[in-house]
Amino acid sequence: MELRTPLGRVLGLGSAKQGTDHFWRQRVTAVANLFLITFFVIFIVVYNGEPHAVVTGALANPLIAVLIGLVVLSALIHMRLGMQVIIEDYIHNEAIKILLVMANTFFAIAVGGLCLFAVLKLGFGG
Amino acid sequence: MSDVTRNRPLSPHLTIYKPIPTMMMSIAHRMTGAALYFGTVLLAWWLVAASAGEAYFEWVNGIFGSFPGQLVLFFYTWALMHHMLGGMRHLVWDTGRGMDKDASTRFAWATLGGSITLTILIWIAGYVFRG
Repeated sequence: MELRTPLGRVLGLGSAKQGTDHFWRQRVTAVANLFLITFFVIFIVVYNGEPHAVVTGALANPLIAVLIGLVVLSALIHMRLGMQVIIEDYIHNEAIKILLVMANTFFAIAVGGLCLFAVLKLGFGG
Repeated sequence: MSDVTRNRPLSPHLTIYKPIPTMMMSIAHRMTGAALYFGTVLLAWWLVAASAGEAYFEWVNGIFGSFPGQLVLFFYTWALMHHMLGGMRHLVWDTGRGMDKDASTRFAWATLGGSITLTILIWIAGYVFRG
């Protein structure tokens, strides 16, 4: 017996009302990360141990600044989704779960705020 | 209502299964993901240090360049590579391919071997390019 309403079935949003949104964003950012993290690793390999002026000079390059900014954004969105799944899997107390899911978002935004401030400051010339 | 579920028998869990490659790599995928999550603080620290000025940047670089710093970054590199290869395995699985026992076990070993190989190659390249 099908208990779902025809409208509910057609919308396909499920009990969380978000459908496949979480799953899909995880995949989109995963694919983006394949390219962005590869760029980031090469950047670190090339600039590791370089003096301050060389590193800030590189980060003042518009292309590099934009790419590092995108690395930060894509990685943080991806990791926030992943950590949310970990919390939902292991934390069974409803109140603690909600607080941790919220803290997870705050953490991602805080790290993002710090990174993007630094990237923008350097991108606009230190 | 909730009493109905309270005395249900629990299925055998982690402690009762023999560890197998796919299971170990699944656990490693989640653990490396969690480690990378907290490791973003290191990225933020490094970027903020670069934007804060030369003296502070050189001090932070000194910490990253010390033996404990390098050790943390080495394992961070491995976590990144392992999670990346593990993620590519998941993207293949999303298409419905490679889910049989033999293929998924090969994927598991390839994830481990590939991540260790890539990590070593990245560190060799890092020391070759080191400024």
